[in-house]
Amino acid sequence: MTLQFNTETFRDDYSFHNSQRAIDRFPFPFHEDSYMYAVNMERHQGGPADSVYEKRFDVDEHYVAEMADRAKVLDDDPLRCQSLPHMTLAGWDLLELIMVSKSEEYPDFFELHREGREWYWINKPLGIEDHFTFMDDTTLPYGPMEYITRQTQGDFCVLDQREDNLWMDAGMVTTQADWSLDFDIGMNFFEWHAPVPLAHEKGIFKRALKFLLNIQQGAPARRLNWTMTVNPLLDTSPENYHKWGIQKTTLTSENIGAKQHLRVELQTFFRLPRSNALVFPIRCYLMSFQDIVSKPKWGRRLNRVVRDLPEELAAYKGFIANRPLMLDYLSQFDDGLPTSFGVWPDEHITPTLQR
Amino acid sequence: MSTFEFPPSIRSRPVYCVLQARPGKAHLMIADAEGAEALIDLALRAPELMAKAHVIYIPKATDFGAALKALNPAQYYEGPSYSAAVSRIKRVFLDASMGLQIYLSGTEGLMGQALSEAMQAGYDHTAIQTEHRGSLARRMQCVHCKGITEDVSNDPFQCSHCGLNLFVRDHYSRRLAAFQGVCIDAEEPGNVPPSKELYS
Ligand code: HEM
Repeated sequence: MTLQFNTETFRDDYSFHNSQRAIDRFPFPFHEDSYMYAVNMERHQGGPADSVYEKRFDVDEHYVAEMADRAKVLDDDPLRCQSLPHMTLAGWDLLELIMVSKSEEYPDFFELHREGREWYWINKPLGIEDHFTFMDDTTLPYGPMEYITRQTQGDFCVLDQREDNLWMDAGMVTTQADWSLDFDIGMNFFEWHAPVPLAHEKGIFKRALKFLLNIQQGAPARRLNWTMTVNPLLDTSPENYHKWGIQKTTLTSENIGAKQHLRVELQTFFRLPRSNALVFPIRCYLMSFQDIVSKPKWGRRLNRVVRDLPEELAAYKGFIANRPLMLDYLSQFDDGLPTSFGVWPDEHITPTLQR
Repeated sequence: MSTFEFPPSIRSRPVYCVLQARPGKAHLMIADAEGAEALIDLALRAPELMAKAHVIYIPKATDFGAALKALNPAQYYEGPSYSAAVSRIKRVFLDASMGLQIYLSGTEGLMGQALSEAMQAGYDHTAIQTEHRGSLARRMQCVHCKGITEDVSNDPFQCSHCGLNLFVRDHYSRRLAAFQGVCIDAEEPGNVPPSKELYS
């Protein structure tokens, strides 16, 4: 494994950057030239080699920096991690799922040694080595969910399943697209999705919930979601919106290529064995517009999607005011040529930009 | 009669109905202000409830107390505020037998908080009814400082804790018994539109 972890920040001086490898494997979310909400779910059983879909929990060059950012968010606001009392068992389930997956899939980085209930966990990138007793809360420095999600990229919602619904009864949420765990904790699937426009009317949430309730252990699923973020800021929380909102107004035609980021969430769904809870990791990938348009197909397509996106979605995603500026920039990378179907950059068959 | 038809809203926002008499071993009725009128209407339709009823009433600036008392509930309590009454409410939930019917009426803040207590005490929501009467004011949580501002009837409003100017969302947390308030001038500090009465 040759992965080098970046020294970078997601705040203040924003030294975050994507390597060529990270650009090549970016989960570009648009399979065609337009976008509308859909029940876009598929099995999460691997994917092309080196893609973000290959492993159950992708570890990339941002790992160490993201975990430092999470620790800072939690220092400032411990309410970003909460677990209602009945969710501790699900926390242990999650810890096991992640430790087993990571030690199997990244043996150079993570080791898990188990003798009965006595476990020994080694996380080399973060320099963590802990002996603990599985299912004994007193042997870890944090609750099991918090312990393991302080060491895993992406936000986590842990959903209790009862009354034919899912209930957001635990979570670690520090890299969210503007929603509050502290506010939403305890809500059911329809309640926490209440602010989303159009999708309720289209019956999307009803169908999505039915699918989720039937997810079986060992058969995880995934989907992509996306939004826009000015500056590579992970913590776009409502809690701190009064501090970061102003950054949306700093875009200019000169800086937009570097400052405006497409924010893609790789969302996965795993059934947990003992608690029967569902865990919903939301992994955030950020990429600047200038890196996106380095792939001619992605540049053409992003222009068309942003241009034609319904107002309700652009408003909900918080970029309606900046859309004209985005289109001024993106349209330079759209020569009107057709694009190939699917999300991959298809560089071997895509013509370069015709100016 | 001070009833209001709420316009359709999002799925997290509570909806209220008209209190119906239900068979039960005991009846707990909690109301504030004009919520008293809903209890009076209920008692008119089903006078037999009152002999097994415990009424907890917070008048705020109204005077329905005498009319409520005249319904002859088995137990009657009048408190100066919800926070003054809440320990009593918790105690009643603790003691109550199965088969208790719970009737809540009045402002959204009163109903939401009492509902949250009842759920925490283990009552199923099917044993709890709510009827809105009176003020349209909302109990708001500031998403930034987490402080609760009671009786917000204008949008935007100023958080009574951190002082930010917040707009009133329909997104509602049953656990907090509060709607969400979010900074309105984050992207243009100082540009706060004139405050308007809710639903005006
Ligand atoms: C059980 C796992 C899930 C959790 C915990 C979850 C959570 C959330 C949350 C917290 C939001 C933000 C709502 C707000 O504005 O406050 C959201 C948005 C959304 N969710 Fe989910 N969700 C889940 C599954 C799904 C599934 C399976 C779908 C499939 C269609 C879906 C579709 C959406 C859509 C379309 C949005 C709006 C996103 C946007 O436009 O940026 N969600 N979700």
